[in-house]
Order: sequence, then C-alpha cells, then structure tokens
Amino acid sequence: MYCLSGHPTLPCNVLKFKSTTIMLDCGLDMTSTLNFLPLPLVQSPRLSNLPGWSLKDGNAFLDKELKECSGHVFVDSVPEFCLPETELIDLSTVDVILISNYHCMMALPYITEHTGFTGTVYATEPTVQIGRLLMEELVNFIERVPKAQSASLWKNKDIQRLLPSPLKDAVEVSTWRRCYTMQEVNSALSKIQLVGYSQKIELFGAVQVTPLSSGYALGSSNWIIQSHYEKVSYVSGSSLLTTHPQPMDQASLKNSDVLILTGLTQIPTANPDGMVGEFCSNLALTVRNGGNVLVPCYPSGVIYDLLECLYQYIDSAGLSSIPFYFISPVANSSLEFSQIFAEWLCHNKQTKVYLPEPPFPHAELIQTNKLKHYPSIHGDFSNDFRQPCVVFTGHPSLRFGDVVHFMELWGKSSLNTVIFTEPDFSYLEALAPYQPLAMKCIYCPIDTRLNFIQVSKLLKEVQPLHVVCPEQYAQPPPAQSHRMDLMIDCQPPAMSYRRAEVLALPFKRRYEKIEIMPELADSLVPMEIKPGVSLATVSAVLHTKDNKHVLQPPPRPAQPTGGKKRKRASDDIPDCKVLKPLLSGSIPVEQFVQTLEKHGFSDIKVEDTAKGHIVLLQEAETLIQIEEDSTHIICDNDEMLRVRLRDLVLKFLQKF
Amino acid sequence: MLKSQDLSSRILSFSLRLAGIFAAQENCFQYLQQGELLPTLFGEAGPLGGAAWTAPTVRSGWVQGLRTLARHPSALRFLAACGAVDTIFSLQGDSSLFVASAAGQLLVHVLDLAMRGPAEGRRGPRARDWPACAQKIVCHIEDSLCSAATPQVTQALNVLTTVFGHCRGLWTQGLWVRLSPLVARLLEKDPVPASHSLVDLLLSVARSGPRGAAGGVGRSSSVLSSDRGLWETLAQTLSHLSPTQAGPLALGILKLQDCPQALRTQAFGILLQPLACVLEAAAQAPGTPGLLEGAAGDSMTVDTLLSSKSACVGLLCCALAHLGLLQPLPQRPSPWPQVPLLGAVVTILRLCSGSAAPTSDVGGRLCAILVGCGRVQRAALDFLGALSQGTGPQELVTQVFSILLEYLMSPESSSMVLKKAFQATLRWLLSSSKTPGCCDLDPHTQQFLRELLPVLQKRLCSPCWEVRDSGLEFLTQMTRQWGGRTGFRQALLASEVPELTRQLLRDPESYVRASAVTATGQLSGWGLRATPASPERPGAQQESLLGELLHILSTDSEGFPRRAAMQVCTEWLRDGRADVAEDPERFVAGVLQAASRDLDWEVRAQGLELALVFLEQLLGQRGSRCPYSVGLPETAPPGVLAQALQVLCRVQLFEFAFRALFDCDRPVAQKSCDLLLFLRAKAASCGSLQEAGDSPSVASVEATLQRWQAGEQGQPLGYLEPGAIVAVLRSVDLEGLRDTLAESSDHVEKSPQSLLQDVLAAVGVLGENEADCY
Repeated sequence: MYCLSGHPTLPCNVLKFKSTTIMLDCGLDMTSTLNFLPLPLVQSPRLSNLPGWSLKDGNAFLDKELKECSGHVFVDSVPEFCLPETELIDLSTVDVILISNYHCMMALPYITEHTGFTGTVYATEPTVQIGRLLMEELVNFIERVPKAQSASLWKNKDIQRLLPSPLKDAVEVSTWRRCYTMQEVNSALSKIQLVGYSQKIELFGAVQVTPLSSGYALGSSNWIIQSHYEKVSYVSGSSLLTTHPQPMDQASLKNSDVLILTGLTQIPTANPDGMVGEFCSNLALTVRNGGNVLVPCYPSGVIYDLLECLYQYIDSAGLSSIPFYFISPVANSSLEFSQIFAEWLCHNKQTKVYLPEPPFPHAELIQTNKLKHYPSIHGDFSNDFRQPCVVFTGHPSLRFGDVVHFMELWGKSSLNTVIFTEPDFSYLEALAPYQPLAMKCIYCPIDTRLNFIQVSKLLKEVQPLHVVCPEQYAQPPPAQSHRMDLMIDCQPPAMSYRRAEVLALPFKRRYEKIEIMPELADSLVPMEIKPGVSLATVSAVLHTKDNKHVLQPPPRPAQPTGGKKRKRASDDIPDCKVLKPLLSGSIPVEQFVQTLEKHGFSDIKVEDTAKGHIVLLQEAETLIQIEEDSTHIICDNDEMLRVRLRDLVLKFLQKF
Repeated sequence: MLKSQDLSSRILSFSLRLAGIFAAQENCFQYLQQGELLPTLFGEAGPLGGAAWTAPTVRSGWVQGLRTLARHPSALRFLAACGAVDTIFSLQGDSSLFVASAAGQLLVHVLDLAMRGPAEGRRGPRARDWPACAQKIVCHIEDSLCSAATPQVTQALNVLTTVFGHCRGLWTQGLWVRLSPLVARLLEKDPVPASHSLVDLLLSVARSGPRGAAGGVGRSSSVLSSDRGLWETLAQTLSHLSPTQAGPLALGILKLQDCPQALRTQAFGILLQPLACVLEAAAQAPGTPGLLEGAAGDSMTVDTLLSSKSACVGLLCCALAHLGLLQPLPQRPSPWPQVPLLGAVVTILRLCSGSAAPTSDVGGRLCAILVGCGRVQRAALDFLGALSQGTGPQELVTQVFSILLEYLMSPESSSMVLKKAFQATLRWLLSSSKTPGCCDLDPHTQQFLRELLPVLQKRLCSPCWEVRDSGLEFLTQMTRQWGGRTGFRQALLASEVPELTRQLLRDPESYVRASAVTATGQLSGWGLRATPASPERPGAQQESLLGELLHILSTDSEGFPRRAAMQVCTEWLRDGRADVAEDPERFVAGVLQAASRDLDWEVRAQGLELALVFLEQLLGQRGSRCPYSVGLPETAPPGVLAQALQVLCRVQLFEFAFRALFDCDRPVAQKSCDLLLFLRAKAASCGSLQEAGDSPSVASVEATLQRWQAGEQGQPLGYLEPGAIVAVLRSVDLEGLRDTLAESSDHVEKSPQSLLQDVLAAVGVLGENEADCY
C-alpha cells in the first residue's frame, strides 16, 4: 500500500492488489490555507493595511508576500492546497479510484487531470452530486475574489527556514497548488461511474469491489476489495450514530484479511450530542442578548442535522422570530438535493417520503420563512438582512467565502458569537488573522465519525486478521499521552502508516481459483479415498487470461511416427509424458512386516523414528524408511531386491 | 367444600389461610382437630402432593395457614404429627420465590415457638436439652451448611439471619455456639459460597447483641457478648471475601456501636482501599500522602479495579456509596480522613473527565477505564456533596470548586451528572458560607459565583429539559438560602439568570415550567426580579408576574406548573408580598376561582392551604399545635368576625371549601374539614354573631350540601350571608366527617365484616364466583 496523504481523515492511499492498482480516496488537505490571508468579499481596509513582514535584521524583501497580523505572519496570495504525494508512485498506473465520501474526493481534479490517469472513478450518486457542490463552492469562493499576486518567494527552502512558525514548519510547500477550475472539476467528474450499495464491480476479473453504507454522510461508503481467497476492507469515515444517512453496514466487513481504518472522529473526546447541546445553548444566549450568531460550515453534512435540531429547539427557546440565513453559492442545490436522495437516508427519513413528506424538516423552516437561503451576500440578501440573526455560511477555514465578510462585520462586537461546528480546522488558527476580536468564540466541533470505543467494538465484531491505520491512531494524541483510550487497541497491534510510506500488507497468498472446462470435467474419474473426499488425476492445459485461470483438455497426443519421439521447435504443445500413477494411503507397519516375513525375509527389526519407522532387513543389509509422505528403500546395488520390496510396499497403497 | 372435586386453587388457598386464622386460638384449634379438619387441610390427606399442590397459590396458602396456626404448643405437636416440618424443608427450595421465602420464615417461626415455652429460662446453650422439633430443624440447617450446593447453603444462612434478626430468646446464643464453626468453615472454600447471605448473617448476629446499633433494646442479657469468636469470624470474613463482596460487611461493622477497634480499622480499610488505590495510581510524585498510611494499594483491590470496566466501576461505586452512607453517622471512624478522601474523590472525578494526567501505568489504565463513565461520576459527585459537611484546606476546597465548575461547564456531562454536580455545588457553597460572624460571601465564593452564573445561564438554555430543570432547582435552592446576601444579589442581578428564568415560564416541558414557577416565586420573594426589558430587546414582555402565575393556574394543561403556581401564591399571601397586599381579597378570589375548577387534587389541596392562610390573616393564628403548650384561648371581637365572614363570602371561600369537603380525593376533604372546623371554633368563640338558624337560605344550603355529598355537584351555593354560614357550620357533622376521613381508604375492605361477606359469598355462589383472596 502506498500512502500518499498524512491527514488521517483526508486519506489517499494506493493499493496494489492482485495485479490491480486501486486508489482509495483522494482527500485534499486544506489546512494549508490557514497560512494565507483571508479573501475579503468586500474591500477590507483592515486587511489591506496590514504591515508587511520583515526579517529580524530589518530586511523587508518579503513584505509584499507576507503580512503581519497580531503577531502572526500570513501569506498575502491566492490560497493554496496541499496535494497528496505524487512522486511515490506513477499515478498514471492507477486503474481505479474508489471514493468513500464527498469530503474525500476534493483532490480528484488534481489526480485525474494532471497525472496521466486513464482509469475509472467509482462513487455513489449522492457522493458525486454533493462532492460537485463542494467543489463548485470552493472554486466560486476563490474565483470571485481574483487576486493579482501569487506569492512564491517565501517557498524557497532557504527563505522558508527564516520564517516564523507555523510557516517555517509547513511541509512540502513546493507542491502546494492553487485551486482547480470548474472545467477541471467537470472533466474529473465525468470520469466517475456511479455505483449503488452492495453492487459488485469486477476489476479485470481479478478483484471485486463493493461499496457498503458507512453511516457518515449521504451516500458515504466503505469498500470491500476481494479476490476469491483474500478480502480487504477499507473503512473510511463511518458513523454508528443515528443521524440522517443510512446506517453503517458492519456485517459485510467480517472475515477480512486486512482492514484499513481511516477517517475516525477528529475530536475523540467530544460527544456529538453534548456538542449539539452546547451549540443550541450558546446560540440562544447570544440571540436573546440581541447578538448575531455566525456558523462557519460546509454547505452539506452536519448542517442538515443542525437545522433539524434547531427546528425542534427554536420554538421552545422562544427564538421563532429570529431569522436563519444559509448563504452559499450552492445553498439551494444542497437543501434540495438532501430531500431527493431518499434511498440513501436512514429508515425514519425514508418512511417520511412515502407519506409523502419531505425527509428533512428544513423544508418547513424554508416554507415558514424561518430559514432563508442565498447564493451570496450580494443581491437579495442585503434587502432581507435583519438582525439579530443566525448565519450559516462557508468556508470553515475562514479564509474565503462569505464568512470572511461576516467576521469583519461582526467581529468588533462582544454581543456576537461565532460557533465552530466543523472539526477540520483549528479554530484558533482560523481566527488568527481576525485578531484582536471582540466577538465571542465557541468551539463545539460536531464529528459523528467513529470514536475509539466504537472502533474497539467494531473490531471485536468484525474480527479482521490485521488492522492497518494512519500513525495518528496507533498512539495517544501527543497532547494527551496518558489517554491510552484514545488509540486503536487490537491484537495483533495495528500496522501504522505515514505520508510517503510504502507498506507491505500481510497477505498469505495460498490459493487461486481455477475453472475446469466441462468436457475435461466429464473425463475425470474421481475415486473416494475416504468418506466425502474423492480424488482424480487430471491432465490439462492451464490457460490464464484476464486473471482468470481455466483448465482445458490437453491436445490429443501426436500419433507416434516410428519408434522415436520427435520434437519440433515450433510445436508448443507440452509433452504428455507417460504418467506414473499417483499413490495414496498409509503403510501399517505390523502388517508390512508380516508380509515381508511371508515373502521369506527374516531377521526383521523395526525402529520407531520421529517421523515414522525404519524397517531393517539385517540379513539383506537393507533399510526401508517409512515416513508420512515418503518411503525409501535403501539397499546396496541390488535392484532386484529393491523392485521386490517396492512391489510389496505398493500393495498397501492405492493407485489412481 | 373441600370434598368438592373441582375446587379452584384460589378457594383452596383461601381455605388454608382461613383455617390457620381460626386455629391460631388454642380452643378453636382443638375444636377443628375434633372434626379432623386440620389434617385434611395440612396433612398428607390434604392438597399436599396432589394435583392442587402444583399451584403456587395453594402452597403459599398452606405455608401462611401454618404460620398463623403455629402459636401454641398443641400446634407444635400437630406439626410434628403431620410431618409438616419436612414439607417446609422442601418448600425452602420452591420454584416460587414467595413460597420459598415464606417457608424459610415459617421455619424460623416454628423453631422460635419450639424453643419458647415454660422451660425457656433453662434452655441456654445446651443444645441436647432442646425439643425434638427444634433439634430436627437445627440438624437440617447443619446439613445445609455443610452441603456442596450453594442454594442449600444460602437457604440455611437466610434462615439463620432471620433467627438472629427476629428471635430474642437466650437459646439463640446456644444456636450460634453450635453453628458458628460450620459457618466459619464456609470461609475455607474458594470462592466463599453465598457470600451475600453470609454477610447478612454475620451482621445479623453482630447486631443481635446489646452492642448492636439497632438491637439490644429490651434484651435481658447479652447473647453473644462473651463470644470473641464472632469478631474473629468477622475479621476472617473481611479478609477472605473479594473487595466487592466485603464492602457491605465492612459498612455493617462500622455501623455497629460496640465493636473492637482493630476490627473497625480493618473494615474501614476495606472501604478506603479502592480510593487509596486510585489516589496512589494518580499521584504525580511518589511519596504523596495516601489514604491508608503506610499501606501500599492492596494487590487484590488493584487487580479487581483493573480486571474489567464493570468490576472497576462496580467496586468504586460501592466504595463511594458506602463511605457516603458512613459519613453523616455519629459512629463513623474517627479521625475521619476528610482531606485524603476529598483528594481521592477529586482525583476520581478528574479521571472520569479525562482531565487527570496520571504518570503511572495503573493510573493510565484506570484513566482509560473511567473516562466518561457516568455511573462513577454520579457516585463520586454524591460523595463529594456528602463531604461538604467537613472542611478541608483552602487549596483542596479550591480544587473541589474547580472540578465542580469543570463538570458544570463540560458539554460531555450527561443530564444526571449535571444534576448531581448542581447538588454537590449547592452543598459546598452553603457549607463554605457558614463562617460564623460573616454576613456576606467570602471573596473565593464571590469569584466562584461570577464563574458559575454564566454556566447556569447556558444550562438554562439547554435543549435538554432535564438540564434546564436541574438548573432551575439549583437556582431556587440557592436563592432560598442566599436571597438576602448582598454578594449573591449583586451577582445574580448582573446576570441574565432572572430574565431567563422568567422566560422558562413558557417552556414546552411542564416540569421545567413548574420549576420556573417555583424559582420565579423565590426570586421575586427576595426582590430579585428580572430587569425591565429594554426597548431594543424584542419579545420581552412586561406583564406582571402575578398575572403570569394566574394565567398558568387557569390555563396550563399540566398539573405540575399549576401546583407550583399555587404554592407560590400561598407563599406570597403568607409573606405579604407588595402586589398581593395591595388587594388581597381580589387576589384570593382569583386564585380560589382557578383552584376550584382544577382537576388536579394537589392544586385543590393547595388552594385550601391558601384559604387557611387567608383565614388566619383575617381571624388570627390557629391554636398552637403542641398539645402541652399553655395558652389562653384567643377570641376575635364579634365585629372583626362578622367583617371577616363578609370578606370570606365575597371571595367565595365557602363555596370552595364546602365543595372540597365532599371531594373524591381524601386529602382535599380532610384539609377542608380542618379548615371549616377552625372557622367554626373561631365563630364559637365569638357567640354574639347573629345566626340565621332557620332562615330559608340555611335550609337551601343544607339541601345543596346533601346533594353534593351524593355526588351531584352541579348546583352552586350562591351568595351566602355570614349568619347562614355560621348556622350551616354548626349543623354539619364535621367531627364525624373528620373521623371517617381519618380511616384508611381501604378500611371498609379490611374490616371483619367484609371478610365475612366474602366468605358467605364464596360459599353461597360457589362455582359461579371465586372468593376474593387478598
């Protein structure tokens, strides 16, 4: 397995399995954008007047590229993303890419469009549709604020060394890339083939891959990759909580030789229920005080659950008159899409469709004008905008998107609150370019993916022979080294991997499946050697194509022409030698000795050895060594005697 | 009747018990014996072993019948003759737990009966003098104690526990002398069989002496005081049982008033051991003073703690609960290790929240087991609350408050954990402010309050109603205790808590509304009202709180908020709150009108309480309830009484009280009766009031009351003159009504007359109806 990503929840691994090359997810690490200045939607005097950064010796040659804000240094340029490793393996050799959920496909255009990739991508329909929305939003956020400058000087290794943290410690900055275009997105998405849960997809006859529901998001999947005798489970971003998606299919993960486990919760100490409670309480407190609430979020996923919680909560908390705004270029599509993917939803929501009712209650919030959605802050929104209010908008990194505007607008008042619910970015780093900040900040990350207790139960349930996981899961978090409960605990211990590492998976290749042609099967004469077990000898030609093995009848032997066999160089038909019969059975020593005596041998001695027996014919100076799978007759150049003895041995064995 | 072929099992069971009741008197027993009825019922000729015996109710009837019957020597002879004792032995293992338990108790009863009697004084420890029946039972117990089957041992131990718990004869000492070696032998087995029952027995024996905490009253002499063996057995048991099993025994020993110090030390050590292990495992530096001086963590306890999550949680919860029970007792060990216990419980709470960072291996594993464990959190918070009765060094108290705040703030705390955290916080706050001579809060408490109130604010906005409810309860209690303290008042008024509390009066959850009503009442009583809503705060309403309460009282669909509103109204009237005192008559009339229509009996009862308060304010206090107090009878001047009655008529108090007199819920009727009796006494003490004895209105009132009593409550009383009221009060038999109401609600069903009716009914219509066997 080639590990191309160091981010445990945004994996990108390539698995070479049974002569196929399979890429498992292609997550895009967007935490690199935290090093950049935010892209304001409306001209921000504060951001544009930030002082340039200069070295300790006063050298200011980087002051155009780097700006200083409250003691932190940021790159003043179009944000860039950290791509998966591209040098470890030739990505043009990748046959297929399997996508597990829409968060784990954000690097897809970089892979499919720039590496010579010619294969197929497999994903479920909601994954593709919502993935497209996420990419569209990302491209939109970045393209609508064109930035003339593209900083690259700071990336020079000699210069980077001189920079303050965290820029100094940023890894692989030379490989960071600007965002893709919509054209690249469309081209990448056109390579996707849609699949449904439990659908079996044959890859070159060698491997079968199957997506299974993983319970985390709409259309999110785990994948089974199996040959006839080996099974790899790829578990990525799964949830056992009852939220909106279809529940996780655990049973199908049983009997795996190897289980690759990625995408666990990023906040293992926070229980999503408690966090939702925090979210609601803080939201209510702020709004009651006349403040506004800003929720930086992705346009799909947890937002559906949050809106559902608020639907139940706002009346009881007396917040019915407070407007909720959802601002995203894809807000409308996201809200609509969620209502049409009924077959991908949990049972409760599916049944609503038959009533018929919309599965998510945000439809009612929209209908009653409690929730309003806009593509951006420009246009209708500015006419409808009323305070105090609650705004859901992206991007959670606070570096681009409409959220930048609200941070600038509301940051100065302590009445307002920003509530972080997405766990992908450190909220302190996200807030750094907005300091000093008067508005309250609440961190209640809601991550419904598996925690370590659930993983432990899952592993007990499905019992894989080996577990493979990112290195972050094989040890407690560095800040809480005593928390032995915050790591994967299994036997044998999990094999861990890190970015740019190649891991040999512990398969014991033992069998291959071979088909027998019917006419060949007809010619077999099985012989029962013990009840239920029959054997037959077969002479055939093994034909291998597309990883499928077939035994075909051997060609008829060439008619003997004369006494000598002829062999032509051009004749590729294998020689059919006269076959010696195969032998089976065991030799009962006592009876064998009796037989020997009957045939005139005397002075027989039997010795027991570790592996069997040695029968000594002292007079004939001969030794018969009988072991479980071999018999040797050792005599001194007396071929006659050897053949006699051999025939006596053969009497005890079955021939076929 | 018994000869009937198709006698139902319930009738048969009833007959057995009835015969037992009759035969409890010796002469009656003799009479029944003459008719050979008793052997037919209880002997082998009876249901015993027959088809009817398969019904548990018949076996139960058989045991209960014999239990009632066995009250005299003749009964003993009868039991011996009919072989009943052997049947009782076998019934000890009956499949019905009720029958098995009753059989065990019957065995004890028979043994006690056999050992009592004319020669009791001589029946001391010498077992060979005991009657044959007793010998037989004791031999059976001995056999059971030696049995390899645990159920048999359990039965024997349970029987002995009952003997030492209930029997007060000298012979019990002899019994213990005879059986204690067998009991001690149980400890040699591994694992110790029936350990729970063994613990019960040993504690029962220990308590049966005059040294026992509960026992000893009326004992002529000590049964076991000379027996040093008991203490040795207890000590051995403590060391043989597993830490989890030994906990209840250790607690029982520590509750004994008179017990050797060494044993108490050993027992206390058992209870402290799990906490000592935790403290040691989590110690940051070696050599930190532990809970058990000089003793390292017991390896068996450590093994139990680390063996599995359930074992660890079980042991810690038991230890915390036992110590919590021990803490308030006068006989708790002294010196009480308050400081290390506080340290231990704070450590446990930190391990559970994940905020502890133990360096040792055991600590790390404990942390992994305990983190997020709600059961241990609840038990630890309970115990932490109990420890608030003692003190500790300021540094540790600061840690206590800090861990409590951590729990109150943590989004991970479940609603039950939060409730316990609020309760523990309240106890610690109240105990920390007890400093004598200090009328306001100390700076530490003041600081804590400043941090606490924002948390409380957030909790009052929780989407989980249980959390909102716990928060309001906490606020109510705090205000009740500290409503007058300047520091508290300032902090509270500076926060949004009063405003939020008021908003929760409209909470969708009825329990929360009820708690909000109580909290608002309490806040308002101390003048801690929400600051008036400012114009820029939309949605805030300025309507009066009184109006809101009356609104709840008359419109809320759930009983709890209405009950709470009624209580607040009563308190306000009692305390003379300003907006009530402005026009109390209107206030009382409004509240009574709402209460009279209420379907909830508690609201109606509370309405009567309010009416009583109003009466007392008009006519003076009721007489002292203490029967021994000396006081002159209070008399109200006639003018005052007449005036008061006029007021009462205007607020329609009589209509409310008379309706309540015939209320279908007894407590309401009782309360109304008391109120009217009080009023009548007041009226009597002031004889000059003009009565309207024979006026038509009196007659019509009486007629209406009769109809109400008959259940026709539709007709109103209409406006009444004070004179008519006094006349009606005198004419109604309030004392008779009070006596009837004082009877328990099932007194009719329990009367002998009812039993006779049932018997007659069973005999008369046998085959059609079954007797009601209760």
